Amino acid sequence: MPFLEAVRLALQQIWVQKLKSFFTLLGVMIGVTFLIAVVSIVGGMSRYMTDTLVGKIIALNSFEVRQRPKINFQMTEERWRELNRRPRIKLDDVAPIAAALPSDARWAAYNVAQLPGESRFTARPKQLRVFTVTSDYFGIKRMEPVSGRLFNQQEYERGRNVIVVGQDVASHFFEGLDPVGRELTVRGLPYTIVGVMEKQGSVFGQSLDQFIVAPMTSPLNRVVAPHDVVAAVIVQAPSREAITTEMEAAREVLRVRHHLRPNQPDNFALETSDSALEFWNKIKSYLVIAGVALPAIGLVVGAIVIMNIMLVAVAERTREIGIRKSLGARRRDIMSQFLVESATLSTFGAALGVLTGFAFAKIIAMLSPLPAAVELWSVFLGVSIGAGVGVIAGVYPASRASRLDPITALRAET
Amino acid sequence: MSQDIVQDSLEAPLGATAERQAVVSAAGATPGKDWVIVTRGIKREYDMGGEIVRALRGVDLAIRRNEYVAIMGPSGSGKSTLMNVIGCLDTPNAGEYWLNGTQVSKMSDDALARVRNKEIGFVFQTFNLLPRASALHNVELPLVYAGVPGDERRRRAKEALERVQLGARIDHRPNELSGGQRQRVAIARALVNNPSILLADEPTGNLDSQTSEEIMRVFESLADQGQTVIMVTHEPDIAAHARRVIVLRDGLVASDERRSTFVEKLGITTG
Repeated sequence: MPFLEAVRLALQQIWVQKLKSFFTLLGVMIGVTFLIAVVSIVGGMSRYMTDTLVGKIIALNSFEVRQRPKINFQMTEERWRELNRRPRIKLDDVAPIAAALPSDARWAAYNVAQLPGESRFTARPKQLRVFTVTSDYFGIKRMEPVSGRLFNQQEYERGRNVIVVGQDVASHFFEGLDPVGRELTVRGLPYTIVGVMEKQGSVFGQSLDQFIVAPMTSPLNRVVAPHDVVAAVIVQAPSREAITTEMEAAREVLRVRHHLRPNQPDNFALETSDSALEFWNKIKSYLVIAGVALPAIGLVVGAIVIMNIMLVAVAERTREIGIRKSLGARRRDIMSQFLVESATLSTFGAALGVLTGFAFAKIIAMLSPLPAAVELWSVFLGVSIGAGVGVIAGVYPASRASRLDPITALRAET
Repeated sequence: MSQDIVQDSLEAPLGATAERQAVVSAAGATPGKDWVIVTRGIKREYDMGGEIVRALRGVDLAIRRNEYVAIMGPSGSGKSTLMNVIGCLDTPNAGEYWLNGTQVSKMSDDALARVRNKEIGFVFQTFNLLPRASALHNVELPLVYAGVPGDERRRRAKEALERVQLGARIDHRPNELSGGQRQRVAIARALVNNPSILLADEPTGNLDSQTSEEIMRVFESLADQGQTVIMVTHEPDIAAHARRVIVLRDGLVASDERRSTFVEKLGITTG
């Protein structure tokens, strides 16, 4: 029997018993739903981590020289104490590190703290993320002002009381007004706003726009950090490949300055976006296991269900099989008829599973900060596995059907 | 060698007994083109829970093209088993079965299926139509398994249904047809692939007497048109419609005579 005939016959069979067919393909459908949903959630998170999260917290092609890593997930008591014992990165360390870098590398140092700010235009103070930076900070982080300007050479040299602010700060303190030229007070001292920065967005629901930035030489630095330390030195390499060389250069300088012996580990952190991603990759591997296990369970159950329903179908259609054989159907005709039927059934189920997986992912994306986008390869995988499950599940029933003796089969009830 | 073959009268239009005897005794020899069915010493036994049932004990048959034969016998005579062997649904334990010059008695399952598709047209007592398919699709089925493409298939199936006067009912399901109409669909299906023999098993068993006569007339006209028809029945008045009646008893041929002789012997009046 030609393939298309068999498929048409199979679809007819499915249609005739819609409800029964639906329950039969439920297992496969659920398995594929899980597959699509998990892949889209994991994929979305992965993309979010690499493109968004890490790109925003640690700039592209860059690394930071810090006392401790910015992103720490496996904090134990012991590690906490070890981290606290480490020396801080000093202002004096900056020049030697910069000197060791190749000429096409860019660098900047910064300090950061959380401090309250006030203005005349609103009674409510607000917690601000306060950065003090050296001049190339904005270039490395690729931050541009949407109104006003960045600091000029003189303001860096003289350490003027100037700041640029983030969007949330502008709208909170100066609603409806142009903040440029106005003042914001931090710890009693007024600072003039020279620019408002473009929107940075948010990370896991937390806004990144509640910051102000001042030159490191400004008085604001005194309330942000002790006078001789920096929180980190950001170094940006011109390409991904160059990062390693530059990291090694910085590492050498700091190890010497910290008087470390060759067998002692670093007592500072060189953090690239990769190291932040490392942890995510570990989580991802667990999620992938779940993403394989859950669909697998659904599909195994689905296969068992299909096999049993097909066995029942063969028993119910014994006479029909006898009729077909008497008309000239060979074993392989009967076999393929039932195999195609079970494969069509399960492929149908897989297709439905793709649709519900889609819906599932969309709902998750809407209701949570998790970004979930369906990946095309998972659709193909789901549908092909679905079809495969149907074929495997159908082999035994189809083979039984094909081996029925036509004479006995013709005597059966149906 | 079978027993008690009654002598035909010399005017028998069915060919002399001597010829038949010759063909049947030539073990291993391919029968001539004229002989559609030749069986030599067909034996079929079953093991029914330890006991061996000998359904056929050595049946010799020689049937020419275009004969209209009834195979008759009481239940237990082996006529159903013989029908299954002739129809290639079953293979004998011993003996030779030559269908159209090919020995089918030792063929594989797949090969037998091919033969059934091409050479045999079955008509069953219980019609055996697919209940959820239209009359047209039912008649198409043998062509589906013969690999005939869709358009040609539908055309030929339609023609077959028109030949049995059901051209107006091709899209009806079996449950929308009367018993007589269903049997006619079955006949159309049996003929659609131009088989060598039309093999009918109690074709009127589920029909009332009027419809039975209708169907017998269809068989008659098919035989007139040149179709070889073999009908298995336990009813003498149905058997009497054929032109040659072979009676089986206890797995052997008990008698083999022309209709007139058969009818005379039993005192049957047919229409």
